[in-house]
Amino acid sequence: MQNRREFVKEMVAGAAVLGAGTKYAWGQGKVAEKSRVVIVRDAKLRTPGPAPDEKRVTAMLDHAMQTYYSAQNPVQPWKQLVRPGQVVSLKMNALGGRAIAPSVALVTAICERLQQAGIKAGDIVVWDRGSRDLEAAGFKLSDAPGAVRFVGSDKAGYEDAAVSYGSVTTKLSKILTQSDVVINMPVLKNHNIVGVTMAMKNMYGVINNPSTMHGTGCNPYIADLNMIPQIRQKVRFVIGDLKTGVYEGGPTYRPEYSWNEDGLMVGEDRVAIDTISAQIVERKRAEEGLNTLDQKGTPLTYIATAADAQHKLGTNDLARIALIEQRIA
Amino acid sequence: MMTKVMRSKGVAIAALLALVVLAGVGCKKKIADPFPASGAVTGWDKGEKTQSFNAANLYEYIDGGAEQYISAGVVGVSTSDYKFQGSLEATVDVYTMKATGGAKTIFDADPPTIDSKSVPLGDAARLYGQSVVFRKGPTLVRITAFEAAPGEGDALLALAHGVEGKLQD
Repeated sequence: MQNRREFVKEMVAGAAVLGAGTKYAWGQGKVAEKSRVVIVRDAKLRTPGPAPDEKRVTAMLDHAMQTYYSAQNPVQPWKQLVRPGQVVSLKMNALGGRAIAPSVALVTAICERLQQAGIKAGDIVVWDRGSRDLEAAGFKLSDAPGAVRFVGSDKAGYEDAAVSYGSVTTKLSKILTQSDVVINMPVLKNHNIVGVTMAMKNMYGVINNPSTMHGTGCNPYIADLNMIPQIRQKVRFVIGDLKTGVYEGGPTYRPEYSWNEDGLMVGEDRVAIDTISAQIVERKRAEEGLNTLDQKGTPLTYIATAADAQHKLGTNDLARIALIEQRIA
Repeated sequence: MMTKVMRSKGVAIAALLALVVLAGVGCKKKIADPFPASGAVTGWDKGEKTQSFNAANLYEYIDGGAEQYISAGVVGVSTSDYKFQGSLEATVDVYTMKATGGAKTIFDADPPTIDSKSVPLGDAARLYGQSVVFRKGPTLVRITAFEAAPGEGDALLALAHGVEGKLQD
């Protein structure tokens, strides 16, 4: 395990808030201070094989979490995020298969830290909409008592009663409703309807009828969906796997339009996370000589909607986002 | 009881006959089996499962990516995994569109990259570093490898030719 001193801070934007702690009121959507988004990158993350280096993934996770929470050791952040006795679930985005899904190494590291923070293995659920997707991403389905569960909503089922907010009426996965805390684990992809899919769009995987919400650029569906209390309150933290990104042709895995970002993004403010994610994709598209997402006809309207006065899910105002980017030496 | 069993058998036979008629008459564009068997293309082994999705449930396979295909008139997609020489893994997606124009629309929507090149295969084909896409009539085939490997392009192209050979003209 690398010591934090072995990391080299590359750039800190909004360094003044490093020790301040972001005050984000769950369920109220009030951003009292700057929303922090931490990105840690490691150019040596990859191995000759398809899986990333497990130790470096763990080191990257620890560094990101400790930076975000201004914590002195790797377990402390998790004790702030969860409490013993809670059911904690990791909502994956595994639809694109293992090449563009949160890595097994990252999930394993998170499960280990959660257990060190007092969460029982049997109270941890790794899930996505489809069991098939989890398997394709390299996870072995398991529902054994006392162990971390790997299960899809197709097997766990959906609540009988529908819930609504604005344009959305849907049924929630029982995994979501039975969780006390959900950690959102998206991946960074271009999306041919919404422009970029990261944190908020990943909530399409917690409901039974996502296909009915892709019209009009998924707007205001994405924002409305994230307003549903069970989603807004339980999904408390985002850990995005930025090992690989897709800048064109998404949301499926398109190796020809993918690049190695070799990083990890964490934060609580889902709107800020998506705002920064969109910037990264736009930057990459520009590097590749592609037009902007707006020019392509996929403006990021859902992010603005999520930040508006009606939703207040977070901020898309760069002046109110403290982006902390660091690189492992 | 016996009457019930016989009636059930009768219904089953009638349903089977109907399927045979539909398969032979009404679905001429349908591809019987576009997937080369293990060993049919040197080095490539086919995975056990072949999955199929139609326009109504395509989103289960490719989420929002389905919209693009639906707009272009997708009938359905069949997909299967392959493994090359026991290590390199790839997925073969065979999309059947209502018309040739639909396959062309999807094919043309992908911008070429610096390292992509056109290759002689089907009506049009493009080879990328880790994938190959081609269209033939109303069919669009996308073969995607999950990691970079030496000689990958040649291997993918060989598999693509194997699939192309199984498509009906």
